[in-house]
Amino acid sequence: MAETGIETILQEHPSAGRDSLIPILQEIQEDQGYLSTEAVTRVGEHLNLPASKIYGVATFYNQFRFQPKGKYHITICRGTACHVKGSGNVLDMAMKRLKLEPGQTTRDRLFSLETVACMGACGLAPVVNINGEFYAKITPQKLARIIEQFREEESTNAEG
Amino acid sequence: MITLEVDGRTIEAKTGETILTALKREGIHVPTLCHMEGLPPTGACRMCVVDIEGSPNLVPSCSQPVAEGMKIRTSTPRVLEARRTIVQLLLSNHPNDCLYCTRNGKCDLQKLAQDMGLHQRLYRGTKTSKPMDVSSPAIYRDPEKCILCGRCVRMCEEIQGVSAIDFIGRGSRAFIGTAFDGGLNVSTCVNCGQCILVCPTGALSERSYVSEVIAALADPDKMVVVQHAPAVSVTLAEEFDIKPGVDVDGKMVAAMRRLGFDRVFDTSFSADLTIMEEASELAQRIKTGGVLPMLTSCSPGWIKFAEQFYPDFIPNLSTCKSPQQMMGALIKGFFADREKIDPANIVSVSVMPCTAKKFECGRPEMSPNNVADVDYVLTTRELGQMLHMYGIDLATMHDEQADTPFGERSTAGKLFGASGGVMEAAVRTAYFLLTGKELENLKLQALRGLKGAKEIHIEINGLEIGAAVVSGLGNARKLLDQVRAGRDDLQFIEIMTCPGGCINGGGQPLGADLKAVRARMKALYKIDREEHTRVSHKNKWITRIYDEYLEHPLSHMSHRMLHTHYEKRDGLAL
Repeated sequence: MAETGIETILQEHPSAGRDSLIPILQEIQEDQGYLSTEAVTRVGEHLNLPASKIYGVATFYNQFRFQPKGKYHITICRGTACHVKGSGNVLDMAMKRLKLEPGQTTRDRLFSLETVACMGACGLAPVVNINGEFYAKITPQKLARIIEQFREEESTNAEG
Repeated sequence: MITLEVDGRTIEAKTGETILTALKREGIHVPTLCHMEGLPPTGACRMCVVDIEGSPNLVPSCSQPVAEGMKIRTSTPRVLEARRTIVQLLLSNHPNDCLYCTRNGKCDLQKLAQDMGLHQRLYRGTKTSKPMDVSSPAIYRDPEKCILCGRCVRMCEEIQGVSAIDFIGRGSRAFIGTAFDGGLNVSTCVNCGQCILVCPTGALSERSYVSEVIAALADPDKMVVVQHAPAVSVTLAEEFDIKPGVDVDGKMVAAMRRLGFDRVFDTSFSADLTIMEEASELAQRIKTGGVLPMLTSCSPGWIKFAEQFYPDFIPNLSTCKSPQQMMGALIKGFFADREKIDPANIVSVSVMPCTAKKFECGRPEMSPNNVADVDYVLTTRELGQMLHMYGIDLATMHDEQADTPFGERSTAGKLFGASGGVMEAAVRTAYFLLTGKELENLKLQALRGLKGAKEIHIEINGLEIGAAVVSGLGNARKLLDQVRAGRDDLQFIEIMTCPGGCINGGGQPLGADLKAVRARMKALYKIDREEHTRVSHKNKWITRIYDEYLEHPLSHMSHRMLHTHYEKRDGLAL
């Protein structure tokens, strides 16, 4: 799907005030996948808000990210049920293996990591979602294998 | 009037004021951390809680308005315990390195821990671990020492209108940072240092160049010269526990020689020079239909602010360098020639009330042929520190005079240290330049005092001139927005970055309240009242330097040495 673009989104909010900040940021993230430096700056100019303020507000919420999503976007559920079933270990493994903090993307843009509070699939805990596909009753070993699979696929593709 | 009972005593309070304000007036001390005089309360730190009869919870006195018949107790065991716990919790996430801290002995948190009698670490938890931000040439930030009181954020946003920093993140992971958590050097920070003045801990401090200056002083191959700004001599004494408002000019000059400086120059001399150039520039702009209103250019925080946020006003900025940089150019130019020294062998140090000057001296256009006109900038605090280090007691010094050729000044140049002073000095000289006569009453009362915005309209040769003075960049914003919207009765505007001017600069001694700032200001006015040479154009050495070197104001030579240019900065992004 083609991007709408920051300017078009801002044009849809012609005389917006600071109370429109979060909806605008949400729309931009929906469109672009993340909030770029340029996006934050442009929103700042549009709403007459300093970039530091926008960054402060955006970092208050888990939903905003400041790096583009990777080709494989891994969302790990940290809700209560998943936590009890060991999602903390799954997250630790993913962070170590990918050398990422939640919200970040690997330099090759292949993987990005995110945590959410609950996916509403507690019966399948612990749950991981990769690019919209759910993986039930995940363990660190299982997720490690999945990550390796993606890596192998990528290197085969690159060779082919 | 409202009657309250406080700790069994009856006191009176005004309707609408907070409990804290009423208690302060009565001399009842309530500790605070996040409170800032003159700004609306945030009630964030809870240090100021008091017990109010009938209220189940403790109440923050900084935000609670007084009410008739209120019965307040300020130090019940419950209150004391709450305050102790707050400080204990803050300390649980604070480094244990008071002995090595720049704020050792001047730290609000340290004092509170002492006052509360806390001698043991009660809580142990995960400590914030975040590297220092040493990216800025002016200001260091140590996030581990930050207690998130928010005073710096409020100063930066509400008083200065800069908003370089804000709260980033949430909860226990929250910290104070710039947009995208970059270094201060790539942020919109204008280096004013007002955040340092309001920081209760060592989280914010100036970048010190004391070591570099000590090394230069010890180098036998270097000639080390120092210049001191107008506002330094009236505040330095505070670093030696002398009350605010005492001028120690002569003693300071003597002390600087004891430190080993080869020459001591007075920046007020180049302030006089600034006036000659700036007043001439104004006269020329008025006569030739140049861009008006002309805006002063001596405050480097304001200059960066203008380049970032008001680039459309760049043609309005006076092209005059600041007095520090004029002096720097003369030291490495005129003085080096006169003394027959290679400018590269001169180390030019300046002592400023200012942290932004540290940034200014590093601007590329201030280093012609890659030789910096000013090598190191020390703040008033750093000079105090050096004197303590060298064991020099300011009080026992005997007055000495600054050196020729840049030691002589008028009191007009000295007035640069207070908001309104540049304008007062400029009007005195502009009047003379335009009419050939001296202004009858040199004291321009309307331009004096600590008000953030001041204005006068005067008539010179049938020409009505509107002059405005603002200090604090938030006030500058308001005035510039008026001009942008079409206000056209002003020809000349003085803008100072710091509220009140350089006497309240970001490099000045810590812990000054409004009263102290006023005392510093009065000290400058006293000098102006008592001394003889009160206009820049009567400074004998100013006349001489034009005769011998610069020819006349705005000459080709003046332009090369004393004038500069500005560039739009894409500052909003980072």
